[in-house]
Amino acid sequence: MATEIEDANGQATVERSRPRWGLMLAWLGLAALLILLFFGLLKAQRGQMKVGEKAPDLTLTSFDGQTYKLADLKGKVVLVNIWASWCKPCEAEAPFLETAWRYYQPRGDVLFLGVAWTDTDKKSSEYLQKFDITYPNGPDLGTRIYQAYRSTGVPETYIIDRNGVLAYAKISPFESPAEIQQAIDGVLGK
Amino acid sequence: MKEKIWLALPAALILGLLLISTAAAQDPTPIPPAITDDQVNAIARQMFCPVCENTPLDVCPTQACAEWRELIRDELAQGWSEQQIKDYFVQRFGPRVLGAPPASGLNWLVYVVPPVIFLVGLFLLYRAYQGFRGPAVVPAAGMPTAAESDDPYIKQIEEELKKQ
Repeated sequence: MATEIEDANGQATVERSRPRWGLMLAWLGLAALLILLFFGLLKAQRGQMKVGEKAPDLTLTSFDGQTYKLADLKGKVVLVNIWASWCKPCEAEAPFLETAWRYYQPRGDVLFLGVAWTDTDKKSSEYLQKFDITYPNGPDLGTRIYQAYRSTGVPETYIIDRNGVLAYAKISPFESPAEIQQAIDGVLGK
Repeated sequence: MKEKIWLALPAALILGLLLISTAAAQDPTPIPPAITDDQVNAIARQMFCPVCENTPLDVCPTQACAEWRELIRDELAQGWSEQQIKDYFVQRFGPRVLGAPPASGLNWLVYVVPPVIFLVGLFLLYRAYQGFRGPAVVPAAGMPTAAESDDPYIKQIEEELKKQ
């Protein structure tokens, strides 16, 4: 479709009208992309999880086939430790975690869950045997737990209170069993 | 008689050795085929380890990547296909391990948006090119055309152009 208009010299020029629907579609597409980009950036910029946030639900199937779902563990204090067999600081804190677990296990209201991140089953098993770890451990399938907890490396430890709220976060290895005990007692005493 | 025994003993020994070697050759336990680094790396170079971003698995120097390559080697030795190995890694470590994201969900945008933007760019270039050529000029009604102009200079140009 063409429209005849007159220019400043009195000459008529032909201006072709643009297909309006195409333009609208292009703007809509661009707006949709920008919205997606905005939410993507927002998600990426959230940073680490903060104490007081509701802990994301997690499902862990341990190497011995037991399934643990955080939502089913209300009423218990849950310590989630994310580790990898190739991670040296994880090795350093592994005996401390096991010592702490053996201290709290008889109570029954504290549960430790070990999450093996980007690890092979063979190496994970060797690691668990090496440190004689007895609390439940399982692979982080699809690295879903790592992503849900917005982790930034290993080791990282989260302590979730009886109501499923993040009560403590440690973004580095524990230095002693006493440090773990202090953290758990703080959550138990709330 | 003694001579016969001396002849029979080496013959029995040779026969015995032959039987043992044949039995060893027929051992039912198959020897797994040796998997070369090239075979492992052919798959590893299509994957990335989430620990060391942007470094393909075949050249990543970390221990985590070395363990993953060993896992690929074990799976190849077990007769797994390339696709089976990739599927296992995605299920186990997430789709981020793949060099190219799987074409599903929002990932489709990665495959659709760039060609669409390219086509839109081509269209815009075409439009801009049309614009550079200037709008089609149509003399308004009642206005004299160049041929009808009274200007002697214009007339001369028109005649020169006709001659060519």
